[in-house]
Amino acid sequence: MIDWVHTGPSIIAAFLASLVEFVEALTVVLAVGIVRGWRPALTGACLASGVLLALIVVFGPMLQAIPLNLVELVVGALLLLFGMRWLRKAILRSAGVIPLHDEEAVFESETRSLRQSGPVAVSGWDATAIAASFKIVMLEGIEVVFIVVAIGATSGSLVPPAIGAGIALVAVVLLGVVLHRPLAVIPENVLKFAVGVLLCAFGTFWTGEGIGIAWPGEDWSILALIAGFLVAAGSAVPICRTRLIIPSPAK
Amino acid sequence: MHTLTKILQELVSLFVDDGTLAATILIWVAFYGLLLQLLPIGSWQGPILFLGLAAILVENARRGARSRSG
Repeated sequence: MIDWVHTGPSIIAAFLASLVEFVEALTVVLAVGIVRGWRPALTGACLASGVLLALIVVFGPMLQAIPLNLVELVVGALLLLFGMRWLRKAILRSAGVIPLHDEEAVFESETRSLRQSGPVAVSGWDATAIAASFKIVMLEGIEVVFIVVAIGATSGSLVPPAIGAGIALVAVVLLGVVLHRPLAVIPENVLKFAVGVLLCAFGTFWTGEGIGIAWPGEDWSILALIAGFLVAAGSAVPICRTRLIIPSPAK
Repeated sequence: MHTLTKILQELVSLFVDDGTLAATILIWVAFYGLLLQLLPIGSWQGPILFLGLAAILVENARRGARSRSG
């Protein structure tokens, strides 16, 4: 029987995190494809996807072979650091302290930079284009790999997070093929906020298990932790906004 | 060597953006783990871990906003 208390949030966390990362990667791959041609853009993206898939195949089972307590503590702590970093940034963006990520602006800037980086290779390999596409898919994809492997290792199965990441990949690729433009309408900061909350909840739960905490309600505690982090992060936004409004005292 | 350093830097930056946040989280988890060995906290073990982490997050975000607003 499927344990939905664990499986549901695992799929959702992997889906949302992957969606954000794939949207960011798509912006640059589209810029490469439009400016330098689709062959090098897709070659770079496919090469990076292959490397990332190999990382999941190698590290996924390797982590599952390590004693669960140790994995829970180490991976849980890493997940906590990762989630808190995302959530802190999302709070500061929601409060207007740091600017929101603008896919259209990134697309414009990438397009300009690719046009200035020498002539397009008519035949053979366009190393600049392949490298640009490869680099962005690797950079964004490595975060997806970490989330899938971490959630998979601690929950005992790579399948739920891999399903979440797979659905996100298909959705972004389909939207990219249909729209042929950056997915600027996706509310990235709201997604990042949600992912941060979910990863913090998972990280806290598994770190706690790793240091020997017996959670009340066992796996159901994850839902309480999600609610708790949502309230904490939600209350931090107006606090940070107030910090911006209050003028510094006259000297 | 340079590429390896760059890859390592990228990997570290996945987890550490603000050094103070990362250090405080690790110190709190380590301290609380030791405390659990010494004190019988009972069913409040989990909620206390969460409250500590939530306080760290809110305070760090508040400090981040203050430092950026000058």
